[in-house]
Amino acid sequence: MKKALILAALLNAAPALAVEPDEILADPALEHRARALSTELRCVVCQNQSIDDSEAPLARDLRLLLRERLQAGDSDEAAKAYLVARYGDFVLLKPPFNTTTLFLWLGPFLVLAAGTLYLLLNRRRQASPAEAPISAEEAEKLKKLI
Amino acid sequence: MIAELGHFAVILALAASLWQSLVPLYGAHVNDTRLMRAASPAALAQFLLILLAFSALTWNYVTSDFSVLNVYENSHSAKPMLYKISGVWGNHEGSMLLWVLILAAFGAAVAAFGNNLPPALKARVLSVQGMVGLAFLLFIVTVSNPFLRLDPAPIEGAGLNPVLQDPALAFHPPFLYAGYVGLSIAFSFAVAALIEGKVDAAWARWVRPWTLLAWMFLTLGISMGSWWAYYELGWGGWWFWDPVENASLMPWLAATALLHSAIVVEKRNALKIWTILLAILSFSLSLMGAFLVRSGVLTSVHAFAVDPQRGLFILVILMVFIGGALSLFALRAPALKQGGLFAPLSREGALVVNNLLLAAATATVLIGTLYPLVLDALNAGKISVGPPYFNLTFVPLMIPLLLLVPLGPMLSWKRADIYPAMQRLWAAASIALLTAILTFAFHFKGPWAAPLAIALGAWLIAGSLSEIAQRAQFFKVSPATAFARLKGLPGQAFGMALAHLGVGVMVIGITAVSAWRTEIITTVKPGDKVEISGMTLTFLSERTLEGPNFTAEQGLFRVTIGDREIGELTSEKRNFRPASMPTTEAGLHAFWSGDLYVVMGDKTADGTGRTLRAYYNPMVRWIWIGTVIMFLGGLLSLADRRYRVGVPKTAPRAALEATA
Repeated sequence: MKKALILAALLNAAPALAVEPDEILADPALEHRARALSTELRCVVCQNQSIDDSEAPLARDLRLLLRERLQAGDSDEAAKAYLVARYGDFVLLKPPFNTTTLFLWLGPFLVLAAGTLYLLLNRRRQASPAEAPISAEEAEKLKKLI
Repeated sequence: MIAELGHFAVILALAASLWQSLVPLYGAHVNDTRLMRAASPAALAQFLLILLAFSALTWNYVTSDFSVLNVYENSHSAKPMLYKISGVWGNHEGSMLLWVLILAAFGAAVAAFGNNLPPALKARVLSVQGMVGLAFLLFIVTVSNPFLRLDPAPIEGAGLNPVLQDPALAFHPPFLYAGYVGLSIAFSFAVAALIEGKVDAAWARWVRPWTLLAWMFLTLGISMGSWWAYYELGWGGWWFWDPVENASLMPWLAATALLHSAIVVEKRNALKIWTILLAILSFSLSLMGAFLVRSGVLTSVHAFAVDPQRGLFILVILMVFIGGALSLFALRAPALKQGGLFAPLSREGALVVNNLLLAAATATVLIGTLYPLVLDALNAGKISVGPPYFNLTFVPLMIPLLLLVPLGPMLSWKRADIYPAMQRLWAAASIALLTAILTFAFHFKGPWAAPLAIALGAWLIAGSLSEIAQRAQFFKVSPATAFARLKGLPGQAFGMALAHLGVGVMVIGITAVSAWRTEIITTVKPGDKVEISGMTLTFLSERTLEGPNFTAEQGLFRVTIGDREIGELTSEKRNFRPASMPTTEAGLHAFWSGDLYVVMGDKTADGTGRTLRAYYNPMVRWIWIGTVIMFLGGLLSLADRRYRVGVPKTAPRAALEATA
């Protein structure tokens, strides 16, 4: 608990709220792109927060860096690649699609496909031996009833 | 003295739970009624003892007895009474005590109200419930004792994490735990059924209300957490796909699936094996959530215990119960007789699709939450899985599910015809279409998919209403007869319609705030005006405030639309004692159409102005209103006597068979 408090206190050492007015770019189109990109980039010292949401000083640095790249004429992809080169895939809140993340991206749909397949196969199996014919014993009972 | 009493009560509860685990189970095995009857008093005793322990700890908190280590670490004499009490579960040890208290309360409820259960089933259910209690009480007694003393006693406590000092968060854990732990009943019923080797409609009737109750608590608990995040974290987000949130969403999704599949077991005696598995998985996911949150694998506000020893203990509990239940399932499930054949296009078929999609959605959240941890553990690199991932995987799974919601109740059991069902939905479909067109026409800004998502919400709402209207035969018979029929409809019918309607309301709220939120970030000096979504926000003044255990800088704002004054609102930055950690209190003004959300930030570098962040969050409250409607739907169903009482007709016979 104490540790968590200290950690929290450290992370909030400079209690500035996410995007600051002085960071905003004059060009609205560029700023719009910067904002959209920042929601996809992780504040690497925070718990699962994007740099758009985070108050941490590092997030501010990343936001400024991102805007610098965009102003320098980088495309969205190039700006992201620039940050990935420095911080690794960890900085991307949307992980890249590659061999290590294969199951991450395909997993949900594999589960769905496997479930559907199971249902279809199960259905065929169930459908084939339709209703079991009545047994001799049941036939006897039936005779008595009639 | 009080603390020692609490400690002693926990140990006695441990003894009671041991008795409760073993004696009735053996009794059911050898068919000894006297031994089976030991279950109920043991469950009640366990509950009363834990209640005593919990009261003792609460007393220590209320009286600020800092000679108790736990109180010293998490409380402060200047704290308001509400937070002294909520401080009891605002820490690891206390929250575990609350966990076992709720666990025992559910067990005691089955003991007290389960008189119509066959004695053997009741004995086994309570025995399994006792085992879960035993494991967690052992955990408390050995590595998580809240009653440890401190000598010499400090004069003042260290204080509660300021972020936790909030009314919504004070009650968020008890509701959430009631949900998590409530699923233990479904688990106990499933394991008991596997031991007995029998699952029938009666079994499903007993399980459904308990699962529904747990689901209702979970719904409200998650909703409260989200509401808190919205107004307290200071940027107006309401769901972050944070691992801790996911840990609560997974059992919720599984429980939702379970609620639906249990209907098929009850009405049609089919899907039994799957339902048993789902009951086991739902509680397993709750346990996994407890492990993830408490082991320190994740670090956040929620992770009180960054203690590997405790993490390991919970991991062992997890493996024993999940592993044990699944092994039992593998051994016994094939012997369960499947019944009730049905065509793919039928009510059952629709519920199977519901379960398939909910299971896939649960798996998605599970994969997304655990994948980075597993990669990290395998040294295969560090990745982050954030909202963009879930938007691309979870959302596509939810859309077909939600589209099918109004269709399901229109299909008949066993074998349905699609055309009559579609015919009965034309009104709802037209309303949805009209909603889409109107939204396009009046709100053409924003993403193109937004009006469609709004229409999806309208489809859900209209579908639920038309289901009720058709059951009452409005527009077919005279209004008076229809109203009479409406009165005669079972509570369950209203409950279901209301819960589905709540989902629609939530979908609209989520869509509106995600697509059409506006924001202004700027600096202001007193007297400055800011325009946002047709409103004018004037920064009037700021002042310093003294709270009971914090100092706040408060900004005062006036809201006007044109010349009309709407009201004033305040936003604060609080600095708590003794932990000097700042929190923000957003200023909120709720309109019918949405929230104006104002956060006053820091002083500007030259000290004359303030950073201001203002948001307009359209229809955001619909999200929580929707969850409350879902909760009320559950409540209505639960209030239905047919649902609650179980099976008076078959129970006596089952009981006779069991005792014969």
